[in-house]
Amino acid sequence: MLDFIISKYNYWIYIILMMIGFYAMIGKKNLVKKIIGINIFQTAIILFFISTAAKRGGTLPIIEHGHGHGAHAIEAASYVNPLPHVLMLTAIVVMVSTLGVALAIVIAIYRRYNTLEEDEILEKRKWSRNLLF
Amino acid sequence: MVPQSPVLVVVIPLIFAFLALLFGWWRKGLCYPITLVAVSISFLASLCTLHTVITTGTIHYHLGNWAPPWGIEYVVDHLNAFVLAIVSFISVVVAISSKRSVEQELPDKIVYFYCMFLLQVTGLLGIVATGDMFNLYVFLEIASLAGYALIAIGEEGAPFASFNYLIFGTIGACFYLLGVGYLYVITGSLNMADLSQALPNLYHSKVVLVAFAFFLVGVSLKMALFPLHVWLPDAYTYAPSAVSSLLAPLMTKVGAYVMIRLMFTVFKPYFSIELIPVTAILGWIAAGAILFGALMALAQIDLKRMLTYILVSEVGYIALGVGLANRAGLTGAILHILNDAFMMLALFLVVGAIMYRSGKREIPQLRYLHRKMPFTMATFVIAALSVIGIPPTCGFFSKWYLILGAIDASRWVFVAVLLVSSLLNVILFFRVIENAYLEPDEEHAGGGSELAIATEEAPLTMLMPILIAGAGIMLFGVLSGKIISTIIQFAVPQCF
Repeated sequence: MLDFIISKYNYWIYIILMMIGFYAMIGKKNLVKKIIGINIFQTAIILFFISTAAKRGGTLPIIEHGHGHGAHAIEAASYVNPLPHVLMLTAIVVMVSTLGVALAIVIAIYRRYNTLEEDEILEKRKWSRNLLF
Repeated sequence: MVPQSPVLVVVIPLIFAFLALLFGWWRKGLCYPITLVAVSISFLASLCTLHTVITTGTIHYHLGNWAPPWGIEYVVDHLNAFVLAIVSFISVVVAISSKRSVEQELPDKIVYFYCMFLLQVTGLLGIVATGDMFNLYVFLEIASLAGYALIAIGEEGAPFASFNYLIFGTIGACFYLLGVGYLYVITGSLNMADLSQALPNLYHSKVVLVAFAFFLVGVSLKMALFPLHVWLPDAYTYAPSAVSSLLAPLMTKVGAYVMIRLMFTVFKPYFSIELIPVTAILGWIAAGAILFGALMALAQIDLKRMLTYILVSEVGYIALGVGLANRAGLTGAILHILNDAFMMLALFLVVGAIMYRSGKREIPQLRYLHRKMPFTMATFVIAALSVIGIPPTCGFFSKWYLILGAIDASRWVFVAVLLVSSLLNVILFFRVIENAYLEPDEEHAGGGSELAIATEEAPLTMLMPILIAGAGIMLFGVLSGKIISTIIQFAVPQCF
């Protein structure tokens, strides 16, 4: 069992990180902590994708002596898989823009309610609703 | 232009989003015509695509001329082309009606509004057009991010509602991305057609099961299927009128499209129906969604909030059609994507117009509205009849197919749920219609003379789209047989 855990330790870390992030997104009351949770969650996904690309002893997927140096067979096993890396570059862009939008929304919330605690905001909103009717 | 039409549908709004921003800095007034031009070109391109698909069959468009498993491919078949046309047409209608309400609600944010509007449309169209799993994720996030921003600029309470939506939406998108990762690990491909070839041999693998679970939960979050709908009512209630009339008809329908695509194209129907009984579970969840949405709608005083709960219940109809997993059920589900998009468009546009004229939307405040806004309220009644399911309107036909599907599958509980929800909708809408049309007795008892109430109909740019939506509801009802025989018949997977 221990061997099983150690040999795949990067996947275990990914699961643990993902659960921490997931808990922070749902369980934490502070909005900024929720955003940090989103980030941990997304970082865990990046770790997962990059782990799937890794190969023991693999090198950069750049073919040495390519054009004009004679043809020779390419051993796929000696290069890491570049595709998950490329996907994660895109995912990082998405992650950064999510972070940007989330922070902008949090600023708007703070200006309106002067707090970032979810329960306090809910209380203030109830109060302002009672004023309306 | 014709061979490029599938990509033009998506790319034109994307490019014009940045043009709107650039020209908007120079002249604020240019944003509206630029947006109109962009969505109109996109709509023409989608019509062109639909025509090509109907006459010659599925279109494969290789972006940058890279062959499919390596490059990104747009695959447009009957289902895609149909949803593309719906999305782009509704964007045109909402773009026309947005002029006055945006000027009133967001006077200093017009430029950013139209930029975000076009990005939102790009995202929605991209989700529908693409044939690549990861590309779908990127478009899903473009649509969602634009949606968070658009909702957050709404009234009091909008930023907080939008933040909740952001949390749920991000969880949904992350789950989808994990699903894509698992499928890539086991098959080494991201192309939908490729995956559907490679997956059948691996159906018993745990990895595929986990991927499928991630997909289903992620997409259910995005389409606001019943237990995961909690973000929707707040977000769509507090959003600006133009935004909720764009998002409410489209975002959930596009989510439903993704669900149909994943369950019956990427995974074969054999997997989602027989191997793991996911459609059976989906049927029960959908039945819950239909009843819960209708019951929660009964409890609302705010008209717009009531409509958001009706939307939750309408998403349930589509999911029920998918869950029935037979030809009639799926026909109903796909037809309901069209019908519900138009019904929600009409209802939310009407609420937007009422808000624009009076600033009120609590149901008891709607008194004398049939005299103030006769055409708007007439459209509201048509849309209400359609949601209830009265024959000449389109809502009847999709409900008819759903009930036929439930009878075919001998799921009598679902037949009962569909009928009960119709009755609940009758109560819901007659409450509104009673307040708007019938005048209180005491006013007649006293004076006897008619109260002089001036008509103050919505401005033309808002009234036109409302009438178009109302006409659409009647027209698609009359033409539903034709739509089924030319498009939907081929959109339903062949094995049913």
